[in-house]
Amino acid sequence: MERIPILKLGDFLLVTIQVDMHDQLAITLQDDLTTQIAKHASRGVLIDISSLEIVDSFIGRMLANIAAMSKVLDAQTVLTGMQPAVAITLVELGMSLSGIKTALNVERGMEILSQFTDPGYEPQDADGSQE
Amino acid sequence: MAPRSEVHPIAGANDVVKVRQVARSWALDLKLSLVDQTKLVTAASELARNTLDHGHGGTMRVEQVENGLRKGIKLTFEDKGPGIPDIAMALRDGYTTGGGLGLGLSGSKRLVNEFDIKSEVGRGTTIAITRWK
Repeated sequence: MERIPILKLGDFLLVTIQVDMHDQLAITLQDDLTTQIAKHASRGVLIDISSLEIVDSFIGRMLANIAAMSKVLDAQTVLTGMQPAVAITLVELGMSLSGIKTALNVERGMEILSQFTDPGYEPQDADGSQE
Repeated sequence: MAPRSEVHPIAGANDVVKVRQVARSWALDLKLSLVDQTKLVTAASELARNTLDHGHGGTMRVEQVENGLRKGIKLTFEDKGPGIPDIAMALRDGYTTGGGLGLGLSGSKRLVNEFDIKSEVGRGTTIAITRWK
């Protein structure tokens, strides 16, 4: 079966969507990603969609689902590289993807994920505090 | 010269992808702007999925249309499915019978210049959209 490859890079998982996605492929990606997050205890997921020429409500919902599921599994999702025409269309369609962190490119997306997984970013717990 | 109209089947998930490619290629031929291309292709994707999921499959006709000096692309989605009992309700944002987001019809209407829907319960649904250059 056709699959979108998921790359593991340290604590993160990287996905680059480069094909015109049919619905089943989107569902498979959703399943594969959640499995991989749990397997590797990943802290972040970066999904690059710079090659995607459209995001319709189905693909948008799949992306929102991935972000929500990752969050439940204690991983942060960043969506990178959305083309301006796609962003305009998506908002006009009625999807703002408000629950998803976005970045203009992969580099900035990785920065966001690194900040998130930086130990200093996490709130200190009670027994770690000064006397 | 390119044909003025074509009909494509929508019988499976791969046809939704095919329909997007067809809409893109016609929009390119007419030299629609990138944003207009994207809107038309996205609307085509939504409606093709509706034709498949709710109409049990059907067809998309694509044609180049003219109105005076204006040129546009018209896409007509036709199915012989169960039809839509309440079109006004179906066009509302967030209304869904399929467990989706309910943005397919209402959203694609916002993405095009003209949107015409005809439906008869038990007979099927025809939706025509036009994006002018």
